[in-house]
Amino acid sequence: MNSKKTKLLRGDLLDEDVEMTLAQLCRACELSEAQIIELVEQGIIDPLGPEPAEWRFVSISLRRVRITRNLQRDLGVNAPGAALALELLEQIEELRARLRRLET
Amino acid sequence: MEFRDYYDILEVTREASADEIKRAYRKMARKFHPDISKEPNAEERFKQIGEAYEVLKDAEKRAAYDQLGENWQAGQDFRPPPDWDQGFEHDSTGFDHAQFSDFFESLFGQGRSGGGHAHRQNDFHMQGADSHAKVLIDVEDAYRGASRTLTLKHPQMGSDGRPQLQERTLNVRIPKGVRQGQHIRLAKQGGAGIGAGEAGDLYLEVDFSNHPFFHVEGKDVYLDLPVAPWEAALGAKVSIPTPETRLDLKIPANSGAGKKLRLKGKGIPAKDPGDLYAVLRITLPPADSASAEKAYREFEQASNFNPRASMGG
Repeated sequence: MNSKKTKLLRGDLLDEDVEMTLAQLCRACELSEAQIIELVEQGIIDPLGPEPAEWRFVSISLRRVRITRNLQRDLGVNAPGAALALELLEQIEELRARLRRLET
Repeated sequence: MEFRDYYDILEVTREASADEIKRAYRKMARKFHPDISKEPNAEERFKQIGEAYEVLKDAEKRAAYDQLGENWQAGQDFRPPPDWDQGFEHDSTGFDHAQFSDFFESLFGQGRSGGGHAHRQNDFHMQGADSHAKVLIDVEDAYRGASRTLTLKHPQMGSDGRPQLQERTLNVRIPKGVRQGQHIRLAKQGGAGIGAGEAGDLYLEVDFSNHPFFHVEGKDVYLDLPVAPWEAALGAKVSIPTPETRLDLKIPANSGAGKKLRLKGKGIPAKDPGDLYAVLRITLPPADSASAEKAYREFEQASNFNPRASMGG
């Protein structure tokens, strides 16, 4: 435990070149395959590849899936409701960025 | 430990009905959800709200909590009276209690009534869970790379079979070129595995701290650049800061307020780097001396400028 405190850890940056498999996304978000597939069907994330076994996700999917999952778990909304909330949150984020540019 | 007033947290009276409590909880959970709210303490508030609801939604727990009496104040030093909950039965399974306060744990925590369930199956192996945290960085860190020391709290099964919050300090390299919302994956730094199972991974979500004059948007960076009216009108060469150095920027003549000047490739570095935009803000010098006033008068007479021409005036 002590050595962990001082050692500098180097991680992998999940940029647009890094893709995740369905299994990796399930693990990282603590969701089942069926739950991820539902998010794909809602258009929250778009996989590359034809079949779930060959699906690849761009790593920004991780953030969208986690927000959707948190909203579903914490607020009891269903998948379409969470998808709508995510869409609106992203719009608010863009507007906030524009507002910051104009205000200062 | 500090007493927590669960009614106060949910902003309901002690007489509130179960339905009123449910409505208050839902409303506040939406308002303070950390993915929605921009309040600085949203995450802490959200946890408190969840904890308060966990107690008040359950008739048994609520009755046990109520009989502590009405005279307690939030924040007051509290020790549960011995056998305070005798005759009450509550189910303390199925919820992540490790996130709750010591106050909650002392009243409703697992193992209080004995019989915590320690897993000691030697032939059982499972990979640890992946865990998540946020890391706050400055825009300069994305240009140069940096290191950050993080203190993470994570629930871990104690030797007595009860989950406990453990603190862990990590020193993490922030790679150059990182952007808002991206993740850094640290292999095997997540939850511990069971048996011979490997530890899970730790995902760090990158968030930029606010900067007084740079704003980050994706891979592009915006600089709010104040200029004098004559610099904007006549053109000028000005020295500007960038997150990595200083540069000379040529302002073309007749530039208006809000004009964006692009410095290609000077945004966040990458194979395909972002751009840096200087956004002009024209700053008016005050007419606070006889000579400044005279200059404004001469300017007025020299130009035929009507700022309200479009308003028909």
